[in-house]
Amino acid sequence: MKNTSEHLFEYCLRLGDTPLILGQRLAEWCGHGPILEEDIAMTNISLDCIGQARAFLTYAGEIEGKDRTEDDLAYFRNEREFRNLLITEQPNEDFAQTMLRQFLISAFHKHFYSELMRSADKTLSALAEKSLKEVNYHFRHSSEWLKRFGNGTEESRTRLMNAMDNLWRYTGDMFDMDETDKHLVECKIAADLDKIKTLWNKSVEEVFSEAGIDMPKDVFMMSGSRKGKHTEHLGHILAEMQSLARSFPGASW
Amino acid sequence: MKSKEEIWSILETIPDPEIQVISIVELGIARDVQIEGDKVVVCITPTYSGCPAMDAITHDIREKFAEEGIKNTEIKMIYSPVWTTDWIGEEAKKKLKAYGIAPPDKTSTDKSLITGKKKIIPCPRCGSDKTILVSQFGSTACKALYKCEECLEPFDYFKCH
Repeated sequence: MKNTSEHLFEYCLRLGDTPLILGQRLAEWCGHGPILEEDIAMTNISLDCIGQARAFLTYAGEIEGKDRTEDDLAYFRNEREFRNLLITEQPNEDFAQTMLRQFLISAFHKHFYSELMRSADKTLSALAEKSLKEVNYHFRHSSEWLKRFGNGTEESRTRLMNAMDNLWRYTGDMFDMDETDKHLVECKIAADLDKIKTLWNKSVEEVFSEAGIDMPKDVFMMSGSRKGKHTEHLGHILAEMQSLARSFPGASW
Repeated sequence: MKSKEEIWSILETIPDPEIQVISIVELGIARDVQIEGDKVVVCITPTYSGCPAMDAITHDIREKFAEEGIKNTEIKMIYSPVWTTDWIGEEAKKKLKAYGIAPPDKTSTDKSLITGKKKIIPCPRCGSDKTILVSQFGSTACKALYKCEECLEPFDYFKCH
């Protein structure tokens, strides 16, 4: 049985790894955006994500109490030790898929951070308040694009629907609750994901309806992020993200 | 040993690395100063979580303090209370505008989200209200990109946050 502090460490890893991997994915667009403004937007969002990840991972290191820094946690853990949501590691593919992924996760974070602001843990509550301000921009930005894709041309709509086929099955993973979630919800530290799911569904339905698209039918939902069971994509991301730090440990510039 | 007031005056001479016309005090990044024996503790808070200027700011504070003969400095990053553009005073807003950056409104007066009406951001160069949003995300995390349809110049708007 884990004690509260061990559960909290696990929880902070989840809170840090999700924006870390999403931020890394978005950074792949740097210099490749469809237009200059979007290039800047995606890298700005990436920067917000990396900033949030740094704060949550630093706190995770403090909770663990083994002197591990944000960098130790980001660069020297293996794939199975990562706790990011599966949807964040899915490939960018085209701009429609990147924006749909952003929308689904930003809608989640919008409600999640609003709830986490009420956490009994003062650090988590402060970081949630900070992150929420940033996520509101990401949510608005990606919502606008969804409406344009849905109501745009046949091409834009087709691309959006293809992205939906690829990504929808990873949305269930966001709401899985294990013993860590349940224990910390009881301690009034964590956000109750059942509650977030209802709010998320409502926000997603609203924007989908403005975009003129239906909610996808029930599909088999992938899960596993809570236990570090990832899709094949995460290993490739880590190989790129961690190679420098592992080849030259302690490098600075 | 310097007094708290003297430390604040030193901090007021340190410009923001990305917006050099206002200081880290005017921007609301330097939050608190404590003197513990011979050590000076400065608490700073980021504008946005990922603001890349925080490392530069930490470096600038240490460098300036060293010049002033303060050897023992600790810089603490704090996240609460959460940074807001409401901490930027009227004087600093004037400096931003003169520099070509449209200053932020008060967050409490930003009703655009509730009313659905588009927010009017006057052009910092010619003062025209005929401006359009080009992108929510500008040259730095804290700014959005606008364009003036009167004088045709693009400009940065310091986002209400």
